[in-house]
Amino acid sequence: MLEALYRTARALPLGRFPAADPAGSGIVIQPAGAEARLSLRVRDPVASAAGLALDRPINRLSGDARRWIARLGPDEWLIGADEAEGDTLPGALAADLGERPHAIVDISHRNVGIDVSGARAAIALNAGCPLDLGEAAFPARSATRTLLGKAEIVLIRRPGAVPHYRVECWRSFSTYVHGFLVEAARSAG
Amino acid sequence: MAQPFRLSRGGRIDRTRPVRFTFNGRTVDGFHGDSVASALLANGIHLVGRSFKYHRPRGILSHGSDEPSALLSVDRGPGRVDPNNRASVVEVRDGLATHSQNHWPSLEHDVGAINDLLSPVFVAGFYYKTFMWPKKFWDQVYEPVIRAAAGLGKAPSVPDPDRYANRHAHCDVLVVGAGPAGLAAALAAARTGRRVILADEGPEPGGTLLHDTSAEIDGRPAAQWLEAALVELDSRENVILLSRTTAFGYYNHNHVALAERITDHLPNPGTAPRERLWQVRAGKVVLATGAHERPLVFADNDRPGILLAESVRVFLNRYGVAPGRRIVFATSGVSAYAAALDARAAGLAVTLVDLRSEDECGPELASLRAAGIEVLTGHTVIGAKGAKRVTGLVVAPVDRAGRCGAHHLIPCDCVGMSGGWTPAVHLFSQSRGKLDYNAAIDAFVPGTSVQGERSAGAAKGTYDLAACLTEGDAAGAAAAGSAERRRFTASPTPTGFRPVRAMPTDADPTKVRAFVDFQNDVTAKDIGLAVREGFRSIEHVKRYTTTGMATDQGKTSNMNALGLVAGQLDTTLPSVGTTTFRPPYTPVTFGTLVGPARHALFDPIRTTPIHAWAEARGAAFENVALWRRAWYFPKPGESMHDAVARECKAVREGVGIFDASTLGKIEVVGPDAAEFMNRLYINPWLKLEVGRCRYGLMLKEDGYILDDGVVARVAPDRFHVTTTTGGAARVLAHMEDYLQTEWPDLRVFLTSTTEQWAVIAVQGPKARAVISALVEGIDLSPAAFPHMAMRTGTICGVPTRLFRVSFTGELGFEINVPSDHALAVWEAVHAAGEPFGITPYGTETMHVLRAEKGYIIVGQETDGTVTPDDVGLSGMIAKAKKDFVGKRSLARPDVVAPGRKQLVGLVTDDPALVLDEGAQLVADPDQPIPMRMLGHVTSSYGSANCGRSIALALVADGRARLGGHLHATTPEGFARVTVVDPVFLDPTGERIHA
Amino acid sequence: MLLIACPHCGNRPETEFRCGGQAHIARPADPAALSDAQWAEHLFVRANPRGVHAERWCHAHGCGRWFNALRDTVSDRFLETYPTGAQPTQTSDARA
Repeated sequence: MLEALYRTARALPLGRFPAADPAGSGIVIQPAGAEARLSLRVRDPVASAAGLALDRPINRLSGDARRWIARLGPDEWLIGADEAEGDTLPGALAADLGERPHAIVDISHRNVGIDVSGARAAIALNAGCPLDLGEAAFPARSATRTLLGKAEIVLIRRPGAVPHYRVECWRSFSTYVHGFLVEAARSAG
Repeated sequence: MAQPFRLSRGGRIDRTRPVRFTFNGRTVDGFHGDSVASALLANGIHLVGRSFKYHRPRGILSHGSDEPSALLSVDRGPGRVDPNNRASVVEVRDGLATHSQNHWPSLEHDVGAINDLLSPVFVAGFYYKTFMWPKKFWDQVYEPVIRAAAGLGKAPSVPDPDRYANRHAHCDVLVVGAGPAGLAAALAAARTGRRVILADEGPEPGGTLLHDTSAEIDGRPAAQWLEAALVELDSRENVILLSRTTAFGYYNHNHVALAERITDHLPNPGTAPRERLWQVRAGKVVLATGAHERPLVFADNDRPGILLAESVRVFLNRYGVAPGRRIVFATSGVSAYAAALDARAAGLAVTLVDLRSEDECGPELASLRAAGIEVLTGHTVIGAKGAKRVTGLVVAPVDRAGRCGAHHLIPCDCVGMSGGWTPAVHLFSQSRGKLDYNAAIDAFVPGTSVQGERSAGAAKGTYDLAACLTEGDAAGAAAAGSAERRRFTASPTPTGFRPVRAMPTDADPTKVRAFVDFQNDVTAKDIGLAVREGFRSIEHVKRYTTTGMATDQGKTSNMNALGLVAGQLDTTLPSVGTTTFRPPYTPVTFGTLVGPARHALFDPIRTTPIHAWAEARGAAFENVALWRRAWYFPKPGESMHDAVARECKAVREGVGIFDASTLGKIEVVGPDAAEFMNRLYINPWLKLEVGRCRYGLMLKEDGYILDDGVVARVAPDRFHVTTTTGGAARVLAHMEDYLQTEWPDLRVFLTSTTEQWAVIAVQGPKARAVISALVEGIDLSPAAFPHMAMRTGTICGVPTRLFRVSFTGELGFEINVPSDHALAVWEAVHAAGEPFGITPYGTETMHVLRAEKGYIIVGQETDGTVTPDDVGLSGMIAKAKKDFVGKRSLARPDVVAPGRKQLVGLVTDDPALVLDEGAQLVADPDQPIPMRMLGHVTSSYGSANCGRSIALALVADGRARLGGHLHATTPEGFARVTVVDPVFLDPTGERIHA
Repeated sequence: MLLIACPHCGNRPETEFRCGGQAHIARPADPAALSDAQWAEHLFVRANPRGVHAERWCHAHGCGRWFNALRDTVSDRFLETYPTGAQPTQTSDARA
């Protein structure tokens, strides 16, 4: 019976939290659904693999909402995709990378996503994130590993008219990170 | 109450909004816009506290954050009592409850005031001189007495129910202080479009413009200029204007901490956080922090009713309050003249006493006299009369040599004193900038900068209004990178002044109580005594006399203290130097510093995907690093001992299930992965076959054990590495360090998979039977899947890396599945195991089972000074390897020296006695103290499977002592133990291969 | 809190970094060839200058890369950051 549920029945750690706008702050905090995520490591990368751009500057996001790639370092990318792509994407990447030494590691279950959106979203994030999230320093399509309070996160700013951030953290930190963001939104005043 | 000292008009208070609060239980009326100090003064209340040491009656000295004396407790309900609030900065609101401090039984009648009569005893260094002998008095008499008397105010006794916020912010220009210089700076910076933060500690921006009612700027009243400036700043989106916000700390690289007080002034705070810590990273900082007025040092200058001259002016003009009806101003400079004129204009009787001779005084003198003010030039203040309120000032003519003439009493109910001004250089100094001494204004001013900051206005020693504005504008523009400059015109600010240390007097100096530091009750006499007793460094004088310490950090006192020390040493002020200015500038609540990091947000509490199941089963939990792990699973009525004994037996006799998800996991991938592993671990890796596992041991370069764990080769270029729970981050960092900085040529990539894989350990003779029905694609037979092998397949349809490994010594499997499926797989395994009596067990049982087998736990058997040989694992070292991290250190002289502590087992004579972990071991309990300690117990448990207690220990030459006896410390004395092999059960290891 | 220029990510707050102590101490190619004294020197002896100091830093909570930096230990000013394996452009006796 579990067989049939695999890939559809992931027990997400934040599954029980609905989208919330704590204290009517205009900041919406929404745990993301099940997604596939890969850590890609490669030196001297090709321009793209599996249709994902590898030649963008460090700390930049490319792709779209359903299939995105964030360059976190000179030889490190975080890739997000629909859950259904989780089984096929590694092979497609590997094929395009060929003989180049690389590592593709499935971290779909390691990472938990939380979307934070609203005009004042950056204020809530800055309760615990020490980065300059202003337009000039952290425009749309920025992506970086950083801190939120006492947890490490990856912070991605998605494109769009309304500021929309994706916070990714490790699974066991997700309760803390979610609680931190809710408290931060309450105190954003 | 009728507010008899409220002026009929004037001030920025809102007379249409009356406010009622309490002081020591007594109802006090004021108006919206009042500070507690102004409202108390409006009601004629000057006695507001008792001093720290002598319990002398004290009043309100200042109108600002430099107030040293008027410290109140503010009571906002249980858990919301804050001591040491300055009455001058607490805003009144309906329902506010305030209390004075440092007295018993009451403010008016204070027993502690006896200290004042005993003051000849309480001289500088009293504590150091008195509480020395006899030695035994320290614990029993001195310390309890001192502790009871120490401290200002009372700490609250229940948790603070308020919320506190934190915000990281960035700006191009941070301006500290919203007086004229700060406002001009903020305007200039804001007009460039740069991001500006302007922070001011007061409830209303404006600084001196809020009370300098006669000033004009650019041809219009200063108040109008102020209003226009605020409208402009408010309209700009690139400006954040923070009032009630104190910049209290200036740290590295323009990192400035601000404390914003959000709700304390509100009658109904709602749900907003009480305070917010701003951690601002600024491109440039403009310090426009103003200056503090200096008190004059004369006998009994601490009497209630004696204020700073400018503060009298503030109470008159900003709050519409007369601090007295007959006011004497005592000064050594012209800045008090404005206050005298304003007091006279308010209809009060005013006398001004100026230390300077008639010809030293400027033309301002004439305007004073023209206003009907009696002026005595060339006069000193001999002392004040009155106790709980000043009743008069004794003055005398004095010549330049300090010779005093006939005394003369001026009756009064208020004194405004001014000894000049001290620029508030605290933040500049915290930024590590070097101070310069400016003799013309007798003050330390900002000199050489170390960080990207500049000072402007009074903070820089510039007191003229037009100059402050022009300087502020230039600082703001320059900070924002603009070349534009503005010039301002303003009414002139006279600045004539003669520096004075202590007012000349003909009284016996040993009888005079002239206070330098009001908060710490330090007199000029104390400072003189400290210097006479040999203290030369100002830092030493500070600590010996306590001048400049406590909540006000000497804002009003430091310059007078320095001047007195310099005078006594017959040297100059700059050669005495200043004490170090440390954060915070003014007191900051712990709540602000803690912010949201309380309760569930204090630290992340990491839990596994199976946590909820364990919780529902009533498991007890223990903290392991940030993880919360199931410790044991007690059944109803079971003690921990019972539960652990049952779990231990179940694993050895049947089967147990254990959540090992917290194990650190690292995916090591790349063509050179095996070579990389070879260099990092003591073991050989090159020939490990795919699908096989090895127990790896990793050293630091110093040869001591760093971590251990089972590693599986998943593919020729891929290893699944496990680490200890607590060592996961450390090991990954260690690996990355070597990979990036020592061996960048190796084509290897490291990825943490700790949380990708949950780990379900199924251990015991029936383990295979339990999982066999659930696993697909893997032949579980012993021949096909031997101990220390790893296979991939599915379990319950979920992809798994299935390890056949054991930390129990039994047949065992560790089922690795992606975390989000772990709970379902766990439940399925548990259900499949129920016919076999499967028993969930926790970390305690895991510890006991591995100890029965003599398996070490890194961090328990090791402590960072233990080598592989010390724990009997030198056999794992790949002899053929030329090098690995730590190998060279295994040949270091102290590592190969005889007598090292080695891992052994211990059994007590009494099988029921469980030794304490950490217990020391000696050969002969009767030897004289200090005894020679041979080692210590590292692990100790009651073992149901062994039918007795067992222990592991590190003992000097332990392996040579097998069969011998040692003695272990216990709370009841020594207990004899026998040294045994550390493997207590199944020494041949047959069970594991079942 | 220091502001540190990661060569890959630009200015970042100190909390994202880990300091690895003195830089330019290469692990000997053949440790076995070293005498006990030489090995002890390599392992334990580090400079602690008052002034410019070459240090290793890792942008641990960022790009994860190790790099080197010249920092003045008196002023905490960073003179430059540069990749592991490279040499600084400024000499270590440059004064802040």
